[in-house]
Amino acid sequence: MIFRHSAKKRSGATLRRAPAARSAGLARTRGGVKAFFLQHLQALIYSLGQLSRTPGSTLMTAAVIGIALALPAGLHVLLKNVEALGADWRGVTQISVFLKPEQSDADAARLAERVRALPGVETVTVRTRAEALDEFRRLSGFGAALEALGENPLPAVLVVQPGGALQSTPRETAQLLERLRALPEVELAQADMQWLQRLTALLAVAQRGVLVTGAFLALAVLLIVGNTIRLAIHSRRDEIEIIKLVGATDAFVRRPFLYNGLWYGLFGGIIACVLVGLSLWLLTEPVRRLSALYAGGFELGGLDGASALTVLASGVALGLGGSLLAVKRHLAAIEPV
Amino acid sequence: MIQFSNVDKRYPGGYQALSQLSFALQRGEMAFLTGHSGAGKSTVLKLITLIERPSFGQVIINGQNLAAVTRGRVPYLRRCIGMIFQNHKLLNDRTVFDNVALPLVIAGMSHAEIGRRVRAALDKVGLLGKEKLYPVVLSGGEQQRVGIARAVVNKPPVLLADEPTGNLDPELAREIMTLFEEFNRVGVTVLIASHDLELISRMPYRILALRNGRLAADTPAHEQLAAAP
Repeated sequence: MIFRHSAKKRSGATLRRAPAARSAGLARTRGGVKAFFLQHLQALIYSLGQLSRTPGSTLMTAAVIGIALALPAGLHVLLKNVEALGADWRGVTQISVFLKPEQSDADAARLAERVRALPGVETVTVRTRAEALDEFRRLSGFGAALEALGENPLPAVLVVQPGGALQSTPRETAQLLERLRALPEVELAQADMQWLQRLTALLAVAQRGVLVTGAFLALAVLLIVGNTIRLAIHSRRDEIEIIKLVGATDAFVRRPFLYNGLWYGLFGGIIACVLVGLSLWLLTEPVRRLSALYAGGFELGGLDGASALTVLASGVALGLGGSLLAVKRHLAAIEPV
Repeated sequence: MIQFSNVDKRYPGGYQALSQLSFALQRGEMAFLTGHSGAGKSTVLKLITLIERPSFGQVIINGQNLAAVTRGRVPYLRRCIGMIFQNHKLLNDRTVFDNVALPLVIAGMSHAEIGRRVRAALDKVGLLGKEKLYPVVLSGGEQQRVGIARAVVNKPPVLLADEPTGNLDPELAREIMTLFEEFNRVGVTVLIASHDLELISRMPYRILALRNGRLAADTPAHEQLAAAP
């Protein structure tokens, strides 16, 4: 009996409504929006159910993605740690300011006060001419030659430690150096910054390397997901034909496969986070021992929330992207015959 | 409801499946399409569901010229046509319920509405207790009835069947035909392709006979009645 009603009502309306449905689709009614989300939710859960039926192969695909994502993520974390270490070492940089020979120790003390007030200066230590002479005598072994000179030829030295409120960058240190050189009382100011510049440059190279590695591995993930989805499409060819026969749109057929890719990417991202966390945990103890040998309190930093989210998001994006590639290439070709 | 005008269908490779085929089915009419294998029965059904498109001529379904239906609109056309296949074309990894629910899920219907309609359709074909089973455990006749339930669950105005009784013994075939008659009685247009002449000649419906892609005979319903013993 349920059919009488419909046959009369729908036979007139349904077919003729079809051409108008396109414009109706633009102005989606509330019911339409609800159906839209419902269908997406159904596809999301359905595709998860599909994956859970073959947990072994799902886990393997996700693990491959996870390892591919873990490599750049892990390198990134290590690099950040080295950077943090470099920032600690910046404090080691000192600027030696040699004053002109005619400047007395008292002049040096006055100048030290002025330098202390400059921005970007942490501390200033004065080494008087006598102290400099003592040091020279002790370290150089030319003490006898100095005795022969009769008077102290060495100037007073200000030892400037850059830093202050702002952790100084090599660039700021260089600016400070220029400023000190410009002072009239100063004969020579020099800083050993080369090693720091080299470290920074080295880190930049490593960073670029991680980026390139990451790009290649991202491409690999894209292809892995694409291929997995391609196989899934081919193994379910009959099913796709049947679904199209009973009136499924391309979007409806596509949806579970896209969500398949999304799940693969998400699981891969989770596995990557776990792998990175595990590796860092394994490194913690040796790093602590190494740090202790250098009398440093360095602690290995882990994968922070933002980085973990980035890993998950790139997993999802690559999973979706890969399945989109496969779906675009292979799904349209399957039509019922 | 279904109108063919001078339809030619030539498949790639040159095989001429239909030539100059013209016929019309009124709304609420039930008819059989018969002929030897290769006569073009399946091609007629494929043209109606836009699995194939005619090489020449027009097919008009419910006043709509199918030539004007773009690729993107094909699914919406198919939703108005219930299709039944000789090999059932069921999804074997889903339950009877999920198979029958498929057209409604595709249409984006709510969960409660789907449950109600699926049970009504299964009740109609006499499979109400078997909704949780998988198709493979059902007999051939039962599988065919699942296919019928799926075809009618969204209440399409047109029902097409391609050799629906092909693999069934005469008694089951008779039952399936009775089901089609019931749907026809409530206003559904039914077109059944079948080569089971013995069965269909005993039924009081119009018979379109194809031979080599041409309409060889169009026997009206009342003559059938008169000819019946």
